[in-house]
Amino acid sequence: KKLNISHSQITRLYSRFHSLDKGENGALSREDFQRIPELAINPLGDRIINAFFPEGEDQVNFRGFMRTLAHFRPVEDNEKNKDLTSGEPLNSRTNKLHFAFQLYDLDRDDKISRDELLQVLRMMVGVNISDEQLGSIADRTIQEADTNGDMCISFSEFTKVLEKVDVEQKMSIRFLH
Amino acid sequence: MEGAWEIAFVFFQVWLSIVVGLIMLPAMFGVSLGFTDIYIKVLVKTLEWATLRIQRGQKEQAALPSQSANGIIEKDDGSMQEEIGELRRSHPKNLAGGDFTLCDAFYFCKKGIENIVEDQVTQRFTSEELASWNLLTRTNNNFCYISLRLTIIWGLGVFIRYCILLPLRITLAVIGLSWLVIGTILVGLLPSSNVKNWLSDLVHITCYRICARGLSATIRYHNKENRPKKGGICVANHTSPIDIVILANDGCYAMVGQVHGGLMGVLQRSIVRSCPHVWFERSEMKDRHAVAKRLKDHIADKTKLPILIFPEGTCINNTSVMMFKKGSFEIGGTIYPVAIKYDPQFGDAFWNSAKYNMVSYLLRMMTSWAIVCNVWYLPPMTRQDGEDAVQFANRVKSAIAHQGGLVDLSWDGGLKREKVKESLKEEQQKMYSSMIIGSDFNENVNTQQLH
Repeated sequence: KKLNISHSQITRLYSRFHSLDKGENGALSREDFQRIPELAINPLGDRIINAFFPEGEDQVNFRGFMRTLAHFRPVEDNEKNKDLTSGEPLNSRTNKLHFAFQLYDLDRDDKISRDELLQVLRMMVGVNISDEQLGSIADRTIQEADTNGDMCISFSEFTKVLEKVDVEQKMSIRFLH
Repeated sequence: MEGAWEIAFVFFQVWLSIVVGLIMLPAMFGVSLGFTDIYIKVLVKTLEWATLRIQRGQKEQAALPSQSANGIIEKDDGSMQEEIGELRRSHPKNLAGGDFTLCDAFYFCKKGIENIVEDQVTQRFTSEELASWNLLTRTNNNFCYISLRLTIIWGLGVFIRYCILLPLRITLAVIGLSWLVIGTILVGLLPSSNVKNWLSDLVHITCYRICARGLSATIRYHNKENRPKKGGICVANHTSPIDIVILANDGCYAMVGQVHGGLMGVLQRSIVRSCPHVWFERSEMKDRHAVAKRLKDHIADKTKLPILIFPEGTCINNTSVMMFKKGSFEIGGTIYPVAIKYDPQFGDAFWNSAKYNMVSYLLRMMTSWAIVCNVWYLPPMTRQDGEDAVQFANRVKSAIAHQGGLVDLSWDGGLKREKVKESLKEEQQKMYSSMIIGSDFNENVNTQQLH
């Protein structure tokens, strides 16, 4: 799969991967990520870290690291016109939205249930909001998004609700070089 | 056989007299013969030439650009409220403020990924990357073979550093430290008097000067009128154990620290004979009140030397100043802040204690080109009314960071070894909660009215 990242950026990221890899075994574990203080205090830190690890695995190698980060490449104008035979790039709007969707979808069953939404909300607010209030927030959110009445948010419902959000800008990392 | 020994002996005598005559004696009188200055000038010219060659070579090979001081990725500086507010603005509901939307997660997601690519804290515990190579193998990260001439210069550099400078520096270090131990023991035999204090100061300064020569240290002191006075506390940013040598070259301080064994222990026990330093047993360090009391007693006695403390508590890589522990700022007394900034082109002074032990670190120091640094004495500060120890500590830290051109961080240097406190995450959660809960109550009221 083509990642379309420049040579210097790959080198930078490899250097970063290497500095995070304290065990020097060519792969990162969840503890390696937790060692970044600003990530450890991020309320959704665990969910973000989890996105790097494929189902059931505890180690991510450099290829996997890059693949996950590739979702956050900015969408360049000239690439929007590329032919579709090369497959949708990882950093397309759809794939960025899917990345965010998976932050909520804890069991990876392509639906966000009320329970999952509650759990993620609880991560974000800590102890500061009561169960009842959180429950009503979750209910209202699902009500707004759910169009087919199954009391869950599917990926297409998720996409519809957020269609006006500038995903390309908000879910992109720009290198300075 | 006899002949060989005689020659070796003569060699040794000549060597020793050169060292004594040209280095030790001038050091004792604080006089510089100018050798170090010439050496530095030659070094600067060589490194400039090398940089140009590398840049030219890089253009031809289209090699990699180096890291700028601003980091490698763009970061939005907005607060949580600003950023999430922007995200929510495009949401169809367009709420006045507050309440949860699914796109809120984008903010945390982006911040998290940014921090995975580059964060403010973990980079402070490894050596700073150089903008251009300084001809030391150890700093050779992304630089590849450029030209034969450069490689020859590099080879010459290796020879000079390891075969000429290293033995010289080791000799000086050994002389300096032995003289410190012997001198302070001798001075310690005298009864307490002004003469004793004067001699103690002389012995200390001479030995630290010799040690500084042993590192080819070029130190520039700024604003000497703000030099710490007796009964005060000198506070500085910490990069390496060499900081002590750097500061003690220009003044006499009372050291504070834990009692060590081995060579350090010998040094500690001998220098405390000639003038009072504050050494703590490991068990005493845990009792904050006992520590504070001893320091208070020390500064209350106006005949004793100013205390030297590094409030960060650990070595940082000299690109930033991290959280100052409030202990030193609760004692009272006048704080004399000092900023130390090393020039990384000539040698990396940072002691990465996870990677190198003390001996390998000192060897690395002695095989660098030189240690070049600037020391700024800042005007004394005292705690103001209504200011608590933490605020005072932050104020001093900002002043030092500003003077030294260092990044002012509030992260704890202890994060080098420990996990971050859970309470910081709770702060983030609290901040976010206030963005949801605000208008949620009103929403409930409105929907109830509608039905």
